[in-house]
Amino acid sequence: MSLVKGGKRIEDSFILIEDDAVLPDDGAILVSAARLEADWSTLSSRVYPVGVVWPNNRPVDELAPYLSALSLVALVFPIFRDGRAYTQAHHLRERHGYSGELRATGNVLRDQFLFMDRAGFDAFEITKEGDVDAFIDALKRYTVFYQPTGDGRTTVLRQRLSARRAG
Amino acid sequence: MVAPQQQKLRIAGPVAITGNRLGDGAVVWRTSSGDWSKAMSDAAVVTTSDAALALLHEAEADGVRAVAAYVAHVDLDAGGRAQPLNLRERIRTQGPTIMLPGEG
Amino acid sequence: MYIYDEYDRTFLLQRGAEFRDQVERRLAGALTEDEFKLLRLMNGVYLQLHAYMLRIAIPYGTLSSDQLRMLAHVARRYDRNYGHFTTRQNIQYHWIKLEEIPDAMADLATVGIHGIQTSGNCIRNVTTDQWAGAVPGEVDDPRVWAEIIRQWSTLHPEFSFLPRKFKIAVSAADEDRAAVLIHDIGLRLSRDKAGHLVFRVMVGGGLGRTPFIGKIIREDLPSEHLLSYLEAIVRVYNAEGRRDNIYKARIKILVHEIGAEEFARRVDTEWQAIKDGYLKLDDTAVDDIRARFRYPAFEQLQDAPFELAAALMNPAFARWHENSVARHKIPGHAIVTISLKPVGGTPGDATSEQMEAIADLADKFAFGEIRVGHEQNLCLPHVRQRDLPELWRALDAIGVATPNINLITDIISCPGLDYCSLANARSIPLAQELTERFADIERAKKVGRLHVNISGCINACGHHHIGHIGILGVDKNGKEFYQLTLGGKADEHAALGQLLGPAVPYDDVINVIERVVDAYLELRESEDEVFVETVKRLGIAPFKERAYVAG
Repeated sequence: MSLVKGGKRIEDSFILIEDDAVLPDDGAILVSAARLEADWSTLSSRVYPVGVVWPNNRPVDELAPYLSALSLVALVFPIFRDGRAYTQAHHLRERHGYSGELRATGNVLRDQFLFMDRAGFDAFEITKEGDVDAFIDALKRYTVFYQPTGDGRTTVLRQRLSARRAG
Repeated sequence: MVAPQQQKLRIAGPVAITGNRLGDGAVVWRTSSGDWSKAMSDAAVVTTSDAALALLHEAEADGVRAVAAYVAHVDLDAGGRAQPLNLRERIRTQGPTIMLPGEG
Repeated sequence: MYIYDEYDRTFLLQRGAEFRDQVERRLAGALTEDEFKLLRLMNGVYLQLHAYMLRIAIPYGTLSSDQLRMLAHVARRYDRNYGHFTTRQNIQYHWIKLEEIPDAMADLATVGIHGIQTSGNCIRNVTTDQWAGAVPGEVDDPRVWAEIIRQWSTLHPEFSFLPRKFKIAVSAADEDRAAVLIHDIGLRLSRDKAGHLVFRVMVGGGLGRTPFIGKIIREDLPSEHLLSYLEAIVRVYNAEGRRDNIYKARIKILVHEIGAEEFARRVDTEWQAIKDGYLKLDDTAVDDIRARFRYPAFEQLQDAPFELAAALMNPAFARWHENSVARHKIPGHAIVTISLKPVGGTPGDATSEQMEAIADLADKFAFGEIRVGHEQNLCLPHVRQRDLPELWRALDAIGVATPNINLITDIISCPGLDYCSLANARSIPLAQELTERFADIERAKKVGRLHVNISGCINACGHHHIGHIGILGVDKNGKEFYQLTLGGKADEHAALGQLLGPAVPYDDVINVIERVVDAYLELRESEDEVFVETVKRLGIAPFKERAYVAG
């Protein structure tokens, strides 16, 4: 398993804490949604970064009250064809203005990197080593985008209009 | 086509494993030597659920030469070789029952 | 005709390169079949009984003659010299090799066509009226809006892994030829009192195992909000649509389970948050897309020129003219439907030679434009009336002038068990036998407007629920049986057919249909009462009574 962020393989500084495990005194931790809700008073006052693994069958509106204190939200693709986390990512970025790390976890394949990137993910937990090396290429595969999303890429329509103005 | 679990219950008579060749989709049959053949008569024929499932798992593990493997009920000719039992397998092995455009 | 530019071409090249890479990784074993399957489906590649199948989109049913020639080339070079036009403005090749599909796609890309999103759990090819831009009384060209939707939905990053497939159709004329009420989203374009373009939005229609007619969730949606409203619908569906059961995963089930009102409320909540954001369509955006549609420079002509009047003395031409030629919005012009339903043929099939001949005729007589309708026929949308006799002779020479449009032999049929890995029973041979039984065109004319739809399984690709007579193939202990329904309709008054009675074996189907037709001829109030009206007036009972009595 490798973590890719900013186009590079990085060390994962977060440690996943099981629901019944004792919280370590220091270091960045990743907890489940249930743990987040149950231990909120402790977690919210923690100095070290806290992240949550949010399941794909709960609306992220329920995560909204905690967001300002979170450094990482990990969304889940239990199988790659279950696309609910794309909508969760959209809501986190655009409805709730979340700007921390948004990590794609689970069945994350190179053929989805660009979709995930456009939907607001900025970190990717990748299981196939070959896909890690292909990451940069996968994001560069397309230069033409038909629909606007929150990712700021210029759409075909806007490219065409500005080319016309310039020409 | 039925799921493997149901196939186990459904087996009544001789069966063979069939699928489609990955590169061109051609209908192929699993042989007793672990190859795939376009000739149905080459198919390994078994008569028990366990043997059929074992063959199926073997075939499914070979994910590159053929895909979409399943257990098909077959008929046997006088020499004990597999031949189509139902319309679906007849069409798969012999082609559509209609004339293709431009034929005939 | 929508004109592609370098941006569209670049996109198709990039898409082709990506798919070629995916095929190579699959053949090398770096992708499993499970991983690859969804990727190939999103490019229109299926695995069928005998071979792979490639489905190519014909966006809003419009083809240039060069594109049709390329479809013919692909059929000849990579397949068995023919293609099959489907009920969703697509064409399918049934014998293609996976190894060669990247090359076929590269060839198609040179004329701007592709198989993107013709399958898979994503937003499919957006369909519309095959007479768009030609038929009188249209409030706007619906293809402009279909193209806007196509662009928005192409490789949509959030909506490429939906619970299930998602189909959108648009229509803008009085008569709905796009069957919008049986789509996941149906859109009807009209003008409000102030003259602004507005949409009626219908959601949750669809056939298959659990057929539903779409429900109106929004009237008078201002056109500038079209994309934000569609995005809100699909977002609610992506988050909340069922994924636990493939048969309950379509949006129609969600709409049915929570109710159209509640669904509309959830969509509205989402929509309010995004409606004035980056998806709002300004005039510049719409004008840009509108400007990329080119229309013929129509001549100023009179209706009924003398060439036409003279040719109408020929009964064979007159029969075809009455049946297959429709009124055009410009005087002196006409809309011509090309029947892909010859007696004894496979509905919707065309050979490479036929496609090339039709492309040449389109260049000569129809401004180089061809349309594909959901009835599996082709159409020349802009023909000068004075050219009709010569066009007819040429079409007749290649076997595509059967004057049976909307008659009992104009059958809509899925490929069925002869090709399809999902089918329970065959469809095409039944269609062929039915056309042979009613081959006498005078008899078919006497029966009048009657749509027969055949599906080889419950997935309903032949739209049997909305056929005036619907035929559904089922498997009964390894034998082909068929359920018949009567009274379905695909138009603006869409309705689902009612079951006639017990399923009948293959050999009886045509006889039962013939008895149903004879019953209709006996029961109709007048020649003006078409089959579906008689069924509606009398119900199923008198047909059932007669259908099952062997003659």
